[in-house]
Amino acid sequence: MTARIQLVPPRPKRGEIVEIRVLIQHNMETGYRRDLEGREIPRNCINLFICRYNGVEVFRADLSSGIAANPLLQFHTIAEASGELEFWWKDDDGKQGTERVSIAVSE
Amino acid sequence: MTQQTAAWLLVLALAGPGAAATAQERRIPLQALRSGITFVRPEIRAMQEDDFSNPGMLWVEKGAKLWGAGARSCASCHAEAEKSMKGVATRYPAIDRASGRLLNLADRIMHCRSERQGGPALRYESDELLSLTAFVSHQSRGMAIGVSIEGPARAHFEAGREFFDRRIGQVNIACTHCHDANWGKTLFAETISQGHPNAFPIYRTEWQTAGSIERRLRACLSGIRAEMLPYGAPEYRDLELYLAWRAQGLPIEAPGVRR
Amino acid sequence: MSYSGRRRFLAQVAAGIALPMATLSSARAQTEQSDPLAWAFTKGVPVQRGRVKLELPLLVDNGNAVPLAVSIDNPMTPDNYVKSIHLFSQRNPVRDMARFFFTPRSGRAKVSTRVRLAGSQNVTAIAALSDGTFWADSVHVLVTLSACMDES
Repeated sequence: MTARIQLVPPRPKRGEIVEIRVLIQHNMETGYRRDLEGREIPRNCINLFICRYNGVEVFRADLSSGIAANPLLQFHTIAEASGELEFWWKDDDGKQGTERVSIAVSE
Repeated sequence: MTQQTAAWLLVLALAGPGAAATAQERRIPLQALRSGITFVRPEIRAMQEDDFSNPGMLWVEKGAKLWGAGARSCASCHAEAEKSMKGVATRYPAIDRASGRLLNLADRIMHCRSERQGGPALRYESDELLSLTAFVSHQSRGMAIGVSIEGPARAHFEAGREFFDRRIGQVNIACTHCHDANWGKTLFAETISQGHPNAFPIYRTEWQTAGSIERRLRACLSGIRAEMLPYGAPEYRDLELYLAWRAQGLPIEAPGVRR
Repeated sequence: MSYSGRRRFLAQVAAGIALPMATLSSARAQTEQSDPLAWAFTKGVPVQRGRVKLELPLLVDNGNAVPLAVSIDNPMTPDNYVKSIHLFSQRNPVRDMARFFFTPRSGRAKVSTRVRLAGSQNVTAIAALSDGTFWADSVHVLVTLSACMDES
């Protein structure tokens, strides 16, 4: 699953609050739609999203069909040490997605 | 008869009826052209203008990956798309010199895939085709639409204009009735746009995914309760050429976001 | 309605619609404390209005991708932080829209996303703080329908 990550500011100073923006390509299928032949399209949404900063969970979201397709999530964390931000999510079908970006924190 | 009048009559006689007709029949003059983005609510506009969170950019990114993928990739002939594809989207639909057919950009990409790359055919409205079309169109973002309606394209242009003016569907109206005569007015809570093709492929929130101009034309047809022609129908190509001529000078916005 | 009264009314309506994102604390947009969905979260602890700011546009063309931001002004220190924010819909078939969980390392208790709204309704955000209190805000969103049916 394609995901785009953006850090604002991209190179934070230690102690600065960083906004993390995530955009994931996913239909977030509600289960209420029908295709052009009239068949029900089964529900499949991302239901869990976790962000870890150097291995420690800093944000978690339980999601549902109430979140729009190609979900956008924007949240914050305090820039501490340089290292890695890891994003992990799974959908109702059990498919998992993951993305990693490095975070460079200046003193 | 003065020398000047004679000269003008000569020019008109040589140019033929077509040139005079097209010059007169721009129902929306060039300086009054407005992109569809000027008719949407601020939330939709904000979605398009933020490159990071514009969902259409997911398809552009995927297209960038597909561009370089495989042994006979797009890149193997066209190198960097940022250079080689710059301006390409502004010229489509265009006549393919080899076959004489009118192709839009998606057709051209499908043709390349089958004939030059020897790969499996790309299906209309597939994720892959939308990604490549979005990626290629995106390289012309900000550039003005400028299609040719000369030579063999002329007949397609006329057919497209005739379709635009023809009443169809249970609602029995023509494209021109909304998009020439009533743009700027509201239909329920929506403001009618001028109906330009400059932002395609678009992310339409109504579809919750990206889609081509063909899909949008099908949506229009279903909206006036007319039969939706199948993907690839020549009527769509002719109409797309007319729409591109009608939108001459508007900047490409791909990937656009619309409601 | 008198002429000046009508002008005042129109000015108020225009002002309301001119604000793209606002919180609307009208009598209609209430935190339904007795709502079983809220109760499952708060276990009967009273939910207070205030502190939470829920931002949604007041009027949207369709309910497919409605921008939403929810935030609480809170120091986010280990002994005083926002634990979670729950988003509830009044009319969606799935009323429990999302739950966001924070830690003292979050720095700021604010989340933005895009939601789906199945028609005009109230959206409610209830926040759980580390001191055991619950705070809420509600916004009423007018969701209009597309003028032309799209069956593409």
